[in-house]
Amino acid sequence: MGWIRRHLVAFAALAVLVYMLVPNIVVAVFSFNEPKGKFNYNFNEFSTAAWTNPCGTQGICESLGLSLRIGVIASITAAVLGSMIAFALGRYRFRGRSATNLLIFMPMATPEVVMGSSLLTLFLALGVPSGEGAILIAHIMFCVSFVVVAVKARVATLDPKLEEAAADLGANPTQTFLRVTLPLAAPGIAAGALLAFSLSFDDYIITNFNASPSSITFPMFVWGATARGVPVQVYVIGTVMFLLALLFVVTGQVVGKRRNRQVA
Amino acid sequence: MPALSWWTNVAEPGVLPSAPTRAPQEAPPLAEPRRRRNWVPYALLLPGLLWLVVFFVLPMITLGSQSLQEGNVDDGYVFTGNVGIYVEAFKQYWPQMVRSIIYAGSATVLALLLGYPLAYFIAQKAGRWKNVVLVLVVAPFFTSFLIRTLAWRTILSDDWFITQWARKLHITDLLQAVGLTNNDSLLFSQFAVIMGLTYNFLPFMILPLYTSLERLDPRLLEAAGDLYASPWQTFRKVTWPLSLPGVVAGTLLTFIPAAGDFINARLLGNTQTTMLGSVIDAQFLRVLDYPLAAALSFIMLLTIVTMVTIYVRKAGTEELL
Repeated sequence: MGWIRRHLVAFAALAVLVYMLVPNIVVAVFSFNEPKGKFNYNFNEFSTAAWTNPCGTQGICESLGLSLRIGVIASITAAVLGSMIAFALGRYRFRGRSATNLLIFMPMATPEVVMGSSLLTLFLALGVPSGEGAILIAHIMFCVSFVVVAVKARVATLDPKLEEAAADLGANPTQTFLRVTLPLAAPGIAAGALLAFSLSFDDYIITNFNASPSSITFPMFVWGATARGVPVQVYVIGTVMFLLALLFVVTGQVVGKRRNRQVA
Repeated sequence: MPALSWWTNVAEPGVLPSAPTRAPQEAPPLAEPRRRRNWVPYALLLPGLLWLVVFFVLPMITLGSQSLQEGNVDDGYVFTGNVGIYVEAFKQYWPQMVRSIIYAGSATVLALLLGYPLAYFIAQKAGRWKNVVLVLVVAPFFTSFLIRTLAWRTILSDDWFITQWARKLHITDLLQAVGLTNNDSLLFSQFAVIMGLTYNFLPFMILPLYTSLERLDPRLLEAAGDLYASPWQTFRKVTWPLSLPGVVAGTLLTFIPAAGDFINARLLGNTQTTMLGSVIDAQFLRVLDYPLAAALSFIMLLTIVTMVTIYVRKAGTEELL
């Protein structure tokens, strides 16, 4: 009993971790299911059919391709815009700093429904057609703040003396930025871009307000499928995404550790 | 850990500008050589901030304006300043508004209760497992939210062992007695919706908590023990007050998205668990009653801004006392 009491926190932590991971395990298991009816809720029979034919359901790979394309464009654009803001906040003194901070914070503190619907009213007022372009505008908007947070945190840990040293050694501001500041801030920018990609790829609520019938993203495809039965292929893609995320995060950690060791 | 720092840093001072827990710390600005190039920061800020002003701030204005217009989709809308729409919106949809706040509030409290031990464990006890556990906390976040929520339909279905055991242990009876479920199933009930919201927004709670608890010096806990504080007193007087910035950030990051969410309510609930987000979505995209939908959306925004402001003020003064 004493042993259990001493490790109470560890047991509680383990239980919560199980709660957080069970759905991912269920998704992975059910990607090997051969459902009896159209609903993939009960395990019927083991099958690798969905894995060998991931595009087997109409529209699924088109929607996946669209989501990947939007995710890549939105995350790169947001990474550029967000990093510029983060450098300004981290390296310069200027008027309007607190207003800038507030403007960066607000999108993170606004419910998605409000952002999506308000953008719809803007696009209605301006006559901007819904579809891929509107989705891209929305995704870049809500990703920028998260990139700023990630890059700003990295820039704050960099020693300004490194940049001063570069300047003392005759580097002009452009050279200092390209050869010293940017490489040092790169992990933060990469983390911000990765986060932006996953936010964009996963968004349903805001996207739904700005999509047209010809721009069905992957989350919209999944949502549409919930009513008529989710194809097993959706579970396959969910599993692959989970494994890729694990790979990315683990690689990031290993690379980060190696870089830190080199610096030390 | 650079790959994970982006999330935990939401709890940093300066990111939550209204959180009064600490004065914003800014990186030491480079004084002399940069002062001559005063336009540079503005040039760096311009494109990003312009994007946010045009596609985040301006839409809030068009949203407010849309709510005060009258007309229909075919003939167009005219601004009439019809404030009565707000009264109408309250009259028709107050149950959904109250429900959204109660569900999101319950999920936030549950996420705090569940997230705290895990965050504490990662920060103080995990040792060399720290990074592994952190990766496991973050990884589900990268998998589609919708697919993971759908998985709960399987987990809570009548045929699975969880519902079966809950029936044997009379937990289903208990839940039904307190009104969280309507019958002896777990799925498609208030219970399932609150459980789903807690599950989906738990990482948003854990990461800021982890950031605060990681900074906690273990020697303070030892000192409290040496001075004859019981474990509970140590928690109450040392750990909890020092983790408050994380608690404030975590509860905000959980409550705000949970209050606006309608995916859990639609996938795990029934017709009696509709949340305000669902109404806004339906009014905009299916009923096409734009003024009413815009009014509801504006009400949600104002309610949340008001609640967050009061909460942050209150949390701040409590910490000062």
